[in-house]
Amino acid sequence: MEFLSDLQAQFSTAYELLAAGWGVQLLWGIAWTLAVTVVSMLIGAILGSLVAAAKLSPRGGLKFIGESYTTVFRGEPELLIIYLFYYGGTQVLTGVARSTGSIGSTDILNMPSFLGGVLAVGIISGAYQAEVFRGSFLAIHRGELEAARAYGMSAWLRFRLVIVPQVLRLAVPGLGNVWQLTIKDSALISVTGVAELMLTANKAARSTHHSLLFYTVAGILYLVMTSVSTPIFEKAERYTSRSFTRPK
Amino acid sequence: MAFDFYLSTMWSVLKALPLTLEIWFFGIAFGLLIATGLTWLRASGYKLGEYFTRAYVFIFRGSPLLVQLYLIYFGLSQFDFVRHSPVLWPILRDPMYCTIVAMALNTAAYESEIFRGALRAVPVGQIEAAKAFGMSAFTRFRLVTLPIALRLALPAYSTEIILMTKATALASVVTIMEMMGTAQKIQHDTFRPIEVLTCAGVIYLLLNLSIARIFAWVEYRLSPHLRPPPEQSQQIRPVPEVL
Repeated sequence: MEFLSDLQAQFSTAYELLAAGWGVQLLWGIAWTLAVTVVSMLIGAILGSLVAAAKLSPRGGLKFIGESYTTVFRGEPELLIIYLFYYGGTQVLTGVARSTGSIGSTDILNMPSFLGGVLAVGIISGAYQAEVFRGSFLAIHRGELEAARAYGMSAWLRFRLVIVPQVLRLAVPGLGNVWQLTIKDSALISVTGVAELMLTANKAARSTHHSLLFYTVAGILYLVMTSVSTPIFEKAERYTSRSFTRPK
Repeated sequence: MAFDFYLSTMWSVLKALPLTLEIWFFGIAFGLLIATGLTWLRASGYKLGEYFTRAYVFIFRGSPLLVQLYLIYFGLSQFDFVRHSPVLWPILRDPMYCTIVAMALNTAAYESEIFRGALRAVPVGQIEAAKAFGMSAFTRFRLVTLPIALRLALPAYSTEIILMTKATALASVVTIMEMMGTAQKIQHDTFRPIEVLTCAGVIYLLLNLSIARIFAWVEYRLSPHLRPPPEQSQQIRPVPEVL
């Protein structure tokens, strides 16, 4: 079997290469991927709740802004948004720095790659999170909001005591989906030079000529990350809805 | 001056639209074929088929498409038997075919789950009624299960198609000069990324909005039973029988 011996030849060097330092590099890659994902999710949560509020607003202008945000950032290729923030950020920064004279007229001020990537992925994540929050808000029982109003609660109090706890509970499954999506989107910011898992695998593949090995390892590591987060979100779902489970 | 630049960029990117659509179309077509096979395997009731589809869906939904693309384009060519194969090598050495293969394999995982859900959502009463009529399994599938399931799968399927449009942009990282690749090249030549990417962005957005519009129309056409009855005007309202 030519195939089997071939496979064996490919993987016999796997251990050596991973032990020679690439394994540690890949672990660092995971750490960066998780950092990118967490920061993006946080940016997305802030933007997402604002956009959801705008979409639910009775005012036409705000509603339009919210609708456009979710349409544009869910309708554009992720790669394009990432390039826009990374290269576009460089264009803006360079323009500003040149006009203030802090760099020479031929110098370039680069967008920090982590910042550019995280902003782009965060904004995309925000568009999806906005839809999740909007859906959860609409799922809150109208009677509860009316009851809160009847008690004479102020808008802020209603928001803090009635809306937020319930939106968070109802949003957990949807946020789990966005989290998976954001992990996978984070692989795209390897194009800007953030040393996350994808870029590390890329470097390893190019410098050792073992692309099959390193891309397979990267794929498995992404699978581990996405599958580890599933039970965590399930647990969070059980925890947040513990007062709503049926008695046995 | 600025307007001319926008216009010429728009035109250059638009010239790459056919290539984007080609990747899109073949990715979706082959993806649909694979997804049909997977759904059939899953629904066939064989344990082995179920395990296979579960593993397939797990792998292709759990890892980024970029990893899958690199694995197919760079990874598989490491095998000697791939490079010496008269069938595999012409496919796997070509970045265009590799992108289509990666997209098809990836979307098939998502689509097979959509189809599985749709099949399970077909009301049992409809199937029981078909059985009561004495329909054979094939007739039942052709006349009852399939049409209902397709209608149920349509909204999720349209989302998947739009995700595919976005995924075609990844072809640019394996040197294909489709819309994204062309935009990248213009951007590198002119150092005006914001303007160039905005042009490309407008085209992608219009493309996706039209796809969404088409699917919304198909959905509307396929759901006359969900529409409110047309309002009847005063004049043609039928005369009550008691008169």
